[in-house]
Amino acid sequence: MNIQSILATKGAHVITIRPEQAIREALILFIRHNIGALVVLDDAGQLIGILSERDIIRAAPMNEAIFSQSVHEVMARDIITVVPQDDLMSVANTMTEMRMRHLPVVDQGRLVGIVSIGDVVKAQRDQYRGEVDTLQTQLLADAI
Amino acid sequence: MGQPGTDTNPLRVAIIGAGPSGFYVAEHLLHQQGLNVEIDLIERLPTPYGLVRGGVAPDHQKIKAVTATYDKIAAHPGFRLYGYVEFGRDLTLDDLRQMYHQIVYTTGAQTDQHLGIPGEDFHGSWPATTFVAWYNGHPDFCDYQFDFSHERVAIVGMGNVAVDVARILCRTPEELATTDIADYALEALRHSRIKEVHMLGRRGPAQAAFTNPELKELGELAGADVRVLPEEVALDDLSRAALEKSPDRATYRKLELLQKYAAQKATTKPRQLIIRFLVSPVELLGNVDDQVAAVRLVKNTLYATEAGTLRPSPTDQFETLPVGLVFRSVGYRGVPLPGVPFDERWGVILNQKGRVLHAETLQPRIGEYTAGWIKRGPTGVIGTNKPDALETVRCMVEDLAQGAILSPAHPQATAAEKRIRERQPAYFSYADWRRLNTLEVARGRAVGQPRVKFTRVEAMLAARCDSEA
Repeated sequence: MNIQSILATKGAHVITIRPEQAIREALILFIRHNIGALVVLDDAGQLIGILSERDIIRAAPMNEAIFSQSVHEVMARDIITVVPQDDLMSVANTMTEMRMRHLPVVDQGRLVGIVSIGDVVKAQRDQYRGEVDTLQTQLLADAI
Repeated sequence: MGQPGTDTNPLRVAIIGAGPSGFYVAEHLLHQQGLNVEIDLIERLPTPYGLVRGGVAPDHQKIKAVTATYDKIAAHPGFRLYGYVEFGRDLTLDDLRQMYHQIVYTTGAQTDQHLGIPGEDFHGSWPATTFVAWYNGHPDFCDYQFDFSHERVAIVGMGNVAVDVARILCRTPEELATTDIADYALEALRHSRIKEVHMLGRRGPAQAAFTNPELKELGELAGADVRVLPEEVALDDLSRAALEKSPDRATYRKLELLQKYAAQKATTKPRQLIIRFLVSPVELLGNVDDQVAAVRLVKNTLYATEAGTLRPSPTDQFETLPVGLVFRSVGYRGVPLPGVPFDERWGVILNQKGRVLHAETLQPRIGEYTAGWIKRGPTGVIGTNKPDALETVRCMVEDLAQGAILSPAHPQATAAEKRIRERQPAYFSYADWRRLNTLEVARGRAVGQPRVKFTRVEAMLAARCDSEA
């Protein structure tokens, strides 16, 4: 199973933000779309960072004016990207080891989606449930 | 009138496609507490079960035993099958909107992915899916002819479909005669002169998609030896590092099995199944008649993506493998349905968690849903469609509670039956299918096979007529 099958049921829209927008606007987008991270794109549509809830929480204690700070001051720039053909298992391992909850998906230089650790866990759970169900059916067929 | 779903005003649902996902959507809907639902399962073929009948290999009868579950679902009083009724031809989306509150597309992935290499369309180069449908007696494919007079065959791909194709090509006629393979396929394969079947995988042994039971089964074929090149199953540094970082027992077992195959000596079995790794076809070479004569391969090395997946990268080393038949097994792909938004990038209906979306606004289209391979792409085993269908059904129930459903002018079972009868008087009910099933099993019993399938729609219609007489 690969990342493509996760993106297939997420619709085509990726929620993004521009680097000069304020953190307050980012928080509004988090709430409105019930998400935990935003992909940051520059004017040319290039992926330049990712802004997660945790980035904001980490920055908040040092800065009373966090709400009006710009996204580019808080976002993570050192990001790992995923390709649609990446195996589910290796992405799960990378997210767990690097303690990353969201990874942007890029296809031939173009942003095509974002996967969250929740997406990955759900895909793995459904895969295991499916396998168990299929194996049980075969075992029961043996018993008949 | 209040919200549908009550005894006097049942929720009317049309499901398009009677494969596993169609049945699982029906099952989850019928299990909803306090919801009175009537389901019409609409299927293009007279026979249900989708890929369980037309895809799962004929020598894997245990996997096909899952149909007993589908028969139980079909026995529910709220369930009806309308077989031999095609969406887009006999019934349009507008028709359905007049008769149902909710519509679910579970049409699966009906075509194959292309390799995108020169010569792919030479005679003798086939999608594996076509061959699979042919040997399983799918009515659309029963007139195809494959030329088994060649001695060498290549199968491109390393998934379980590629393994099925390899196994069916390597089985002896005696082995095949105990399966429910289509009778014409059994006859054609009886005269096969194939001596070598080459399975070609672009990545290494640790990344091969086939599962261990399938691989083990290849080592137990009566008429074929498995051969693996020792240098191709030696673990490369990247794969070793990945395995050490995340030890996976199944992968270790797979490697052990492959290394065992690499070490074993050839016997006198008439056929050889050669499993190759780290090679990609770059071109099919043809003869003067545009018939496949060889496949040109490039050797690959592996590189790691940022996320750690090992992917193939071509080297400058090539080899040419003379073959007369090629089966391309690099994945299935969904086919768009008339009037339903499609996401070309992933080859699926444009959807979010199973809710079909408008192509422009990306907002849900009221009353339209999808599940299975046409929703998420062709991944997973049969059972994977169960949690997938549940996700879709949860959206359906949520939307029903919000009143976000269609408002059909004729939401009565009788109205749907009347309309369908007008468009396709010869439609198949579940009872019709069960009668056909009994006949197939009886035909099989006579010759020691699990069943002998009817492979033409006309024959199915005639058999139903006879059984009614």
